Amino acid sequence: MVVFALLIINKAGGLIYNRTFAPGLQKLDSNDYLILAGTFHGIHAISRSINPAPPAQPPPGNRKPPTTGIESLESSHFRLTCYQTPTGVKFLLFTSPEQPNTELVIRRCYEIYGDFVMKNPFYSMEMPIRVEKFDRALGGYLVRPS
Amino acid sequence: MSGPPQVPPKEANHAPIPQAKPFVSSLRYPSSRKTIYDRNLNRTKTTEISLASFSYLFNSLITYHHAKSGSVSEIETRLNRAAYPIGIKMLDLLLYRQPSRTAARPTRMLDLLQFIHGTLWRALFNRSASALEQSNTKKNEYMIIDNEPLVNTFISIPKEMSQLNCAAFIAGIIEGMCDAAGFSTDGVTAHWAGEGDEMWPGKTIFLLRFKDSVVEREEAIKAGGG
Repeated sequence: MVVFALLIINKAGGLIYNRTFAPGLQKLDSNDYLILAGTFHGIHAISRSINPAPPAQPPPGNRKPPTTGIESLESSHFRLTCYQTPTGVKFLLFTSPEQPNTELVIRRCYEIYGDFVMKNPFYSMEMPIRVEKFDRALGGYLVRPS
Repeated sequence: MSGPPQVPPKEANHAPIPQAKPFVSSLRYPSSRKTIYDRNLNRTKTTEISLASFSYLFNSLITYHHAKSGSVSEIETRLNRAAYPIGIKMLDLLLYRQPSRTAARPTRMLDLLQFIHGTLWRALFNRSASALEQSNTKKNEYMIIDNEPLVNTFISIPKEMSQLNCAAFIAGIIEGMCDAAGFSTDGVTAHWAGEGDEMWPGKTIFLLRFKDSVVEREEAIKAGGG
């Protein structure tokens, strides 16, 4: 499994988590990460509103946004999978293009986030995530001993 | 005192108590019309609750006490106080749940410690505690060790308050139980012990300090051949 990086963007477009998992990646400085997150947030919002299909009426009680926007983006070197939660948090997963089941991987990351970030009383909402057990659990899941 | 008690004169500062309205519960009943209070106390198979619900509730408890306290030790004291009544009630409940032939209150210190280490832990966390130890230097100090306290499963302590251990809540339960059993303590506290421990980084020691009078009584019973 080759997972390059995971980014989490809050509902206002701010980067709240970024971590790389593979060695030998080009380094971005932290400002570039913020720009990347902000830009993606904007493009994602546009992609949601230019959806050509008429919006399907969501069943009552379902808070899923009617259109999901960008779900994945592929190039010859990487694949970007995006998952937006019902509350507007976006998970961005950078993997190698041949990585299968990225949807499942990103859902599992969301689960880990739900467990160790949202159930942690010392995390303040919308702020950068500095949570030890979250780091450890993500590392245990995404970093495979090679 | 002299003379009969004076009847207070009828004045405007005494108001008649209005008749109590019949109690209307605002509880929402499940479809089976059975609330948790209607259940048989002895039924333990179906009393498991979701860890996620517990975590969110515990989360709110900590956030509340965190906002109200000024220091790490105050948060721990408040968590301890919040759990103390649970310990008192758990003693009665667990004794009631024991098979009626063998039910006996823990009357000796070791019985009580094993009751906490085994019965209480199994009722709360579905497993017994990891170890039970006695201090080598102080004979009133005992330690119950849990390698991974369930209440801390999803909690990461920020660096600036690294001393805080939210298992102080469990310590409060233990303290309540000891007091209810007649073994008063000078406090039960939770301490981190997992530093540098690869396997169990969340290892926690619950330190029980019994009062001197309790230790003396224990020795007197022992000397009497009890």
